[in-house]
Amino acid sequence: MSLLNKHAIFEKNSILLCVGILITVAIGGLVEISPLFYLESTIEKVKGMRPYTPLELAGRNIYIREGCYNCHSQMVRPFRDEAERYGHYSLAAESMYDHPFQWGSKRTGPDLARVGGRYSDDWHVAHLVNPRSVVPESIMPGYPFLANKELKIDDMAGHLAANRGVGVPYTDEMIENAVLDAQVQTNPDADEVDAFMARYPKAQVRDFDGNPDKLTEMDAVVAYLQMLGTLVDFDLYAQDPALR
Amino acid sequence: MNSTLTANRHTGGAWTMGVLFALGAIVSLLWMAKAPSPEMGFHAFIFFAFFTLGCFALVKRQYDLAGAPAVPTADDDVGYMDGVIRAGAIASTFWGVVGFTVGLVIALQLAFPVLNFDLPWTNFGRLRPLHTSAVIFAFGGNILIMTSFHVVQRTCKARLAGGLAPWFVFWGYQLFIVLAATGYVLGITQGKEYAEPEWYVDLWLTIVWVVYLLVFLGTIWRRREPHIYVANWFYLAFILTIAMLHIVNNLSLPVSLAGAKSYSAFAGVQDALTQWWYGHNAVGFFLTAGFLAIMYYYIPKRAERPVYSYRLSIIHFWALIFLYIWAGPHHLHYTALPDWAQTLGMTFSIMLWMPSWGGMINGLMTLSGAWDKLRTDPVLRMLVTSVAFYGMSTFEGPVMSIKAVNGLSHYTDWTVGHVHSGALGWVGMVSFGALYCVVPILWNRERLYSLRLVGWHFWISTIGIVLYITSMWVSGILQGLMWRAYDTLGFLEYSFVETVEAMHPFYVIRALGGAVFVAGSLVMAYNLYRTMRGDLRDEAPFVGAPVRAPQQGAVAAGE
Repeated sequence: MSLLNKHAIFEKNSILLCVGILITVAIGGLVEISPLFYLESTIEKVKGMRPYTPLELAGRNIYIREGCYNCHSQMVRPFRDEAERYGHYSLAAESMYDHPFQWGSKRTGPDLARVGGRYSDDWHVAHLVNPRSVVPESIMPGYPFLANKELKIDDMAGHLAANRGVGVPYTDEMIENAVLDAQVQTNPDADEVDAFMARYPKAQVRDFDGNPDKLTEMDAVVAYLQMLGTLVDFDLYAQDPALR
Repeated sequence: MNSTLTANRHTGGAWTMGVLFALGAIVSLLWMAKAPSPEMGFHAFIFFAFFTLGCFALVKRQYDLAGAPAVPTADDDVGYMDGVIRAGAIASTFWGVVGFTVGLVIALQLAFPVLNFDLPWTNFGRLRPLHTSAVIFAFGGNILIMTSFHVVQRTCKARLAGGLAPWFVFWGYQLFIVLAATGYVLGITQGKEYAEPEWYVDLWLTIVWVVYLLVFLGTIWRRREPHIYVANWFYLAFILTIAMLHIVNNLSLPVSLAGAKSYSAFAGVQDALTQWWYGHNAVGFFLTAGFLAIMYYYIPKRAERPVYSYRLSIIHFWALIFLYIWAGPHHLHYTALPDWAQTLGMTFSIMLWMPSWGGMINGLMTLSGAWDKLRTDPVLRMLVTSVAFYGMSTFEGPVMSIKAVNGLSHYTDWTVGHVHSGALGWVGMVSFGALYCVVPILWNRERLYSLRLVGWHFWISTIGIVLYITSMWVSGILQGLMWRAYDTLGFLEYSFVETVEAMHPFYVIRALGGAVFVAGSLVMAYNLYRTMRGDLRDEAPFVGAPVRAPQQGAVAAGE
């Protein structure tokens, strides 16, 4: 075992040992992660994907703040039962603007990747306030405080700008109008709705929490939940089985 | 040489540290003033308190030193620096009990959701990261820092390097824990599992970690042995790799320099694999390599036998650290991650079984010729059982990484059970064993307060773990099967919430197992406290025990 005797070099020189360790542990990550930044399958654009509206982004931040990802995944796997339960399997492109990703690792509750449009706003509000009022067997915590807490939007432009800094294609116009857009999305009667819809196609404009007087965290969370999985139109692909 | 040593004794880098702390205090005051949210202001205040108290401690130390006679004391620059290890032992025990208790609370919340109290600060989503961080980083991290400071000094026959730096590492790390923990409760999180602390807490940990690395390396440079002992290879791999993982995975852009919120530098699939490259190797290097170092020092010491095979330790060390890094993608099977990456992750995970068992064999076989001690020394029994759990969970892991198995197990409680067989059985037990070894040595006690209580702790924990793991196996596999069950007409047999309802009995059993495990940790805390006080329980020795208490041997060998 002459090779093993040479190991003394590492045992007698701490710097060599450190360098050896660093090289050994760097290889796996380099080989596996770096291709993801240029491979077609991981960076392809899919029709319909757009950055989050300011209100959706605020809702997403509350979703992260409350740790929803601890119990809900947002990643439908390509299995028959998951397709029937949750819908089309998730594409890489569908989380391309997610900083950070929210695929999750545990389904104490159901997957939410395509929950948008499945329930009414009223259902979501009632469910978030007291989950057992609509699903008696649920073990989800209640979040009644969301309905009372005013949504903080004064720094929305900063949030969009930070997202742009990490690669989300927010335009100058979107950043300038960030605060206004957050308000407009809950007010269908506002004059700026058309401009807002031009900036964020397929965005849903309405009062989400049933309380038009106040822009609350509940508005933001429900707006976020109602848009999940709605951007890519899978009917386009369903016509041609070869594309599935 | 002598004069430098004396000078070092009086300053120990105190002036530099004092100036930096004063600067830190000023910056945190300004930060407090500019903070955009009360939560952020609170964190700035914690920073301010830390730096201010640090300054006071340094000034007090200078006065104490000036007034003290020039007689070497235990904490002087002569001999080993043990004060910081004593602090580490107390902190580990404390955080252990806290972390296990929070785990029990959230286990109860899953069984009885009313315990969420529907408040922001007490809901499961915020408390679960509190539990994982408390047990992994607060308990596990303190154990690792404490034992590494103990082992590196003993195996290098050298005092810790860096003057006051080890104390900075200790207190700096506690600050990291407090910031992380209070942050989660207040809603400050990055939303990446096991990497929840926000950017400024990450930066602080980076500073602490670099100092930790320098202290560790500096001590190795002072060694009076030609060879670096195998435990220190593992500690080095742990410190270096965690630094790499921590820095890359936490790259992010803050919204403002005064605010808490930041956005990850990566998105979607890239972010997912970076996160699980980090996440799996937090297991591989924090919870495995570091704790293998503990195994490589304390088991031979306690069994009074040499490590079974030097060659095996070389092979399994390099194989383990090389293979572990590749295993991350098995957390992303059947996701939008490309198939080749998933298959690569699965392949390496299966290969990882071999070096893992290499380590287990090396640990277990070290007892060759000393197996009888399992009967008489419950501390050794605890250490050996931990290695057995290590072997079990590093077999289960590769099995679960096989895509066909993972398709069933992923997203279910099986994963939770697997993690806990490793975390409670391996990391927990080996840490308890290390604490039981270290405390009598550091407090200069003849032996532990009570070996009988260690025996109790051993059995209580083991029962708790068995309840925990088995209930999670059943609930995980049951729920996985229910999700994919079809009735005779070809419809899904169960709605999602029916599968949730079916989990209830297992969640109750799991909480019971957790409660039992917490009770065991309280027994340990009591035992260690009495040992620190210097009490000896009058008790019958274990059958067949030698007349002299086993610890005496360990103390003599440890010095």
